[in-house]
Amino acid sequence: MISSSPSILSPSRSDALLRATLRGCAAVAGLILVFIFLFLLSAAWPVLREAGPWRFVTDAAWHPAEGLYQLLPMVAGTLYCAAGALLLAVPLGVLSAVFLRFYAPRPLAVVYRRLVELLAGIPSVVYGFWGLVVLVPLIAAWQAPGTSLLAGVWVLALMILPTVALTADAALGAVPRDTLRAAAALGLGRWSTVWRIALPAARAGVLAGVVLAAGRALGETMAVLMVTGNVVAVPDSVFAPLRTLAANIALEMAYAMDLHRAALFVSGLVLAGLVAGLMLLAARLSGESAHASA
Amino acid sequence: MQRLIWVIGAIAALAAVTVLNSMPAPEAASTGAARAQHSLVLTGSSTVAPLAGEIAKRYESAHPGTRIDVHGGGSGRGIADARQGLAHLGMVSRDLKAGEGDLTAYPLARDGIGIIVHAANPIANLSKAQLIAIYTGEFGNWQALGGRDAPITVVHKAEGRSTLELFLAYTGLKNSETRPRVVIGDNEQGIKSVAANPNAIGYVSIGTAEYDIAHGAPIRLVALDGVAASSEHVRDGSYPLARTLNLVSAAPLRGLARDFVEFARAEQTRDLILAQYFVPLAQ
Repeated sequence: MISSSPSILSPSRSDALLRATLRGCAAVAGLILVFIFLFLLSAAWPVLREAGPWRFVTDAAWHPAEGLYQLLPMVAGTLYCAAGALLLAVPLGVLSAVFLRFYAPRPLAVVYRRLVELLAGIPSVVYGFWGLVVLVPLIAAWQAPGTSLLAGVWVLALMILPTVALTADAALGAVPRDTLRAAAALGLGRWSTVWRIALPAARAGVLAGVVLAAGRALGETMAVLMVTGNVVAVPDSVFAPLRTLAANIALEMAYAMDLHRAALFVSGLVLAGLVAGLMLLAARLSGESAHASA
Repeated sequence: MQRLIWVIGAIAALAAVTVLNSMPAPEAASTGAARAQHSLVLTGSSTVAPLAGEIAKRYESAHPGTRIDVHGGGSGRGIADARQGLAHLGMVSRDLKAGEGDLTAYPLARDGIGIIVHAANPIANLSKAQLIAIYTGEFGNWQALGGRDAPITVVHKAEGRSTLELFLAYTGLKNSETRPRVVIGDNEQGIKSVAANPNAIGYVSIGTAEYDIAHGAPIRLVALDGVAASSEHVRDGSYPLARTLNLVSAAPLRGLARDFVEFARAEQTRDLILAQYFVPLAQ
């Protein structure tokens, strides 16, 4: 008589219990997201019913107290800011990861990695305050008054740089040793190994880091709010002010009432939509890259 | 990989929503008039509500068993609810109008906003007309006001703030007529923005400005129509950009309501009034 039954065909009770627990956990995680979405929608509902969704793209301006709800300049501001930050942070972050993995002497690499990790742990309001008292006057000396798209991009780039650098570093570290040795055996130089072998192999991981950074850039609130001027207008130069969707919520939510409040939840919905869209895009891109490398 | 992306997506969406949830939300209205003797309902001005809430907290801890509910809704609702008996007391952030003689006002504190510029800015006084011209973009340079040749950076408040409301009521402007260059949220952010920019002009609660100036912020309060901006002038009513914060009631006060109003207007709430950057009525 066999007391335990390791057969796959008839799973034991502990297996069934584990499966039920895991399913439960997964369901809770999924449900939370669904509930958040439903909550956003229900809080936004009064203004969506009263004014209709089109007013958010056709109104003349954003003056919720006067019944005007144009959101597009803030969508543009959010995208400009995040895109600019990625443009700065991605090359810098990836290159610093390459430096760490392939060029830096070991002791330096250890210290450098700790420093980047420290950078990732600084609260966003500190970045914002630094931006307001250091960066903004610096830009103002060049083109007054300094609170601008440029300041927002700069602060955001600093904030997401550690994310990009650390994930790229981890992805490069996960490239199999044998692959790199094979490259060396073929007589490839260090740069060719990095550019032709290591980076393509680590592409999926690097991309995941970029997506994570983009998510943070889109949703970042306090730091951006302190340096971008928060005027609702599509910026026509890097020195022009702008307001992001997240800043809009933080600025006005505390005292907003009724339809104004509901309109702020619409900007939350739009922001969540932007982030979700980004994730879908990234999932597709990584799917393609997986096929390409297979 | 795919799965990792989804996990990241879920985290990012959560983060986006945290922004919303971390904001203090005005509570859902409950306007039951028939309450037990030991509970009190206040509705009205969102400017007065935070102060009334703090006073209520202190009152409740001093009088165990009592319950005081404070709800927002605006001064208009405070008037209407006090009249209809939906609330025991209304909160109104202005003086009562001529047509509101059926109500009695019990002033709690005064609220004044001061125009601030950088300490290096030579402008000492502004008239109401000049202020309007600056905020509508008619004057774009300090030279037009006798200052140096530099563009004016107009710092304005975000929609929904009570300081903005008072500023617009005083200047008679609609928010869509203003041409700000920087929009800020709370008073501290306004002071930091002006302190960091020698060409900026902004407005904040006078209490906050006085506190920060005393602690070394490089800003200056500008006199308005020749009246110096100070808590003193807000209190005595000579400073024009100010208002009274009132509790109002339709019927003569009795029982708990009378006790609470006396408590709120006594010396022991002075620190709460100062903490909200309002000006206490008594010296």
